Amino acid sequence: MVIAVASGKGGTGKTLVAVNLALALAGEGLGVRLMDCDVEEPNDHLFLEPVFSSRERVELSVPRIDPRKCDLCRTCVDFCAFHALALAGDRIMVFDELCHACGGCSLLCPRDAVREEPVPIGRVECGKAKARGEGGGEISFCRGILDIGEPKATPIVRRLKERIEEGVVNILDGGPGTGCPVMETVRGVDYCLLVTEPTQFGLHDLRMALEMVRELAVPYGVVINKYILGGGGLDTWCAENGVPVLLRIPYKREYAALYSRGLNLVEELPEWRERFLRMFRRIEEEMVPGRART
Amino acid sequence: MKQVVVLSGKGGTGKTTVAAALVEQAGRAMIADCDVEAPNLHLLLKPRTSRSYTMSVSRRASIDPGLCTRCGSCEGACRFGAIREFRVEKHACEGCGLCERLCPAGAVSMQAQEGGEVFVGETPYGKMVWARLAVGEEASGKMVSQVRMEAQALAVEEGYELLLVDGSPGIGCPVIASVTGADLALMVAEPTLSGRHDLARALETASFFRIPSLVCINKCDINEVETERIRADCFSRGVEVAAEIPYLEGLAEAARLCVTPLEALNGEASLPLRRLFRKVMEGIGLPAPQAGTWH
Repeated sequence: MVIAVASGKGGTGKTLVAVNLALALAGEGLGVRLMDCDVEEPNDHLFLEPVFSSRERVELSVPRIDPRKCDLCRTCVDFCAFHALALAGDRIMVFDELCHACGGCSLLCPRDAVREEPVPIGRVECGKAKARGEGGGEISFCRGILDIGEPKATPIVRRLKERIEEGVVNILDGGPGTGCPVMETVRGVDYCLLVTEPTQFGLHDLRMALEMVRELAVPYGVVINKYILGGGGLDTWCAENGVPVLLRIPYKREYAALYSRGLNLVEELPEWRERFLRMFRRIEEEMVPGRART
Repeated sequence: MKQVVVLSGKGGTGKTTVAAALVEQAGRAMIADCDVEAPNLHLLLKPRTSRSYTMSVSRRASIDPGLCTRCGSCEGACRFGAIREFRVEKHACEGCGLCERLCPAGAVSMQAQEGGEVFVGETPYGKMVWARLAVGEEASGKMVSQVRMEAQALAVEEGYELLLVDGSPGIGCPVIASVTGADLALMVAEPTLSGRHDLARALETASFFRIPSLVCINKCDINEVETERIRADCFSRGVEVAAEIPYLEGLAEAARLCVTPLEALNGEASLPLRRLFRKVMEGIGLPAPQAGTWH
């Protein structure tokens, strides 16, 4: 089972929901794998302090042109849809940061002048995290980290998703927005939790995120964080639009203070363990059984 | 013309609120919302749209089953795993066009995707450009570049001295597209463990592209320990903390009601935002308008 956590708007509480759901399930003795797919700003590890046991570089193969073989025929330049190659005077220039590593240039070069060279763009790290306190259980943990200055986050998410395990609950904590890395995170999962907050910004961005999960045909439910009575109109909006609300986390300074120190609701306040478990049972009920994965 | 980009690393720290407060004080500024995946600044500034256009920024492969001979050469060559059973999984396709090029039967065609809509409008403070990424479009960096180019062109054409850009969270493609070539990055930080962690990566990204940064700590009193750590971190990086804004119920309420920050705050409470504006102007070498001229 694979559950993604997304939001549209940033800072609504994706990390909070993903980490606490993982802790609640692990506390029940269930196999849990938490994967931090917000590779631009991964934060889950701050709340779980995992011990990492493996680290793998993520590389992209970008073209290198052999000037002795290249006759400047422009085949590669004309083919590249991303403008990562350009003819500059008597040589071909390569812009690594624009390259998507499709391999077309090296395959199509009539002079065999294009070689591919792997360049690092980030890394994937895996390990284990133990819940604090007794009977807390263990979480299998993975995170992706994009290198500073590197624009392409999606290949790292793709690599992370290769680590999805059968027979356990995989929780994918996604990044904000609705762009490539988030689409890659949510694509093909069994269920998507959308975390929002009761502001006009929250509602506006929730609507964009809803369009995305509907486009991807993934079943979804909403978590309202920083909940105030009446949900600032969100309750009504969700009811009118047939959007299930699975959990409401009240707007409390105490919760914000715990979060700011890297502490978890489920570990600090036992009633939250039961609430997150109840949400998980709702997800199981809401899920269409036997959905085909991509 | 000087360009200031408001960034944060972590989402939800108050980029849009801070950007709006700067706009309110600038007197006249070109405004660009470069968070095309979750654009919110227009909800606060309520621009009157003067024109809009849709644009295409990417292509996706499509296979005509009537022409396909099921040879499999496309699937074998696709590095994105986007072709299975002679069909294209369009959300995996990155639009390189290799399958189209290799197909011996001419069964693959590249289809332009609806990228999103770009808007140009008028606010009481200046012109504004923003955009909305289309559902399923993934190339948000290109949309960001379009918004910036549109705003820059308008700013030059109409003699604006300042372009204020509201950026997106993260440090990847859309952020890089909004920050490169800017004169100043203003980082809105939040004093939480994750806020501090994300600020560090955002500062490193700005410095990677040689953009000077200023930091503003928002809700600085929700965790004094983390605020002190952010100060120390900024000090060791040689980055100035230009302002510290306490948690203000007025700002939270302003966000709920969608009114601009300085409309919502009375004199005393608005002082950190006023100080921040002066520091930003100082940072880009523009004179700050005198008090009383901002409306």
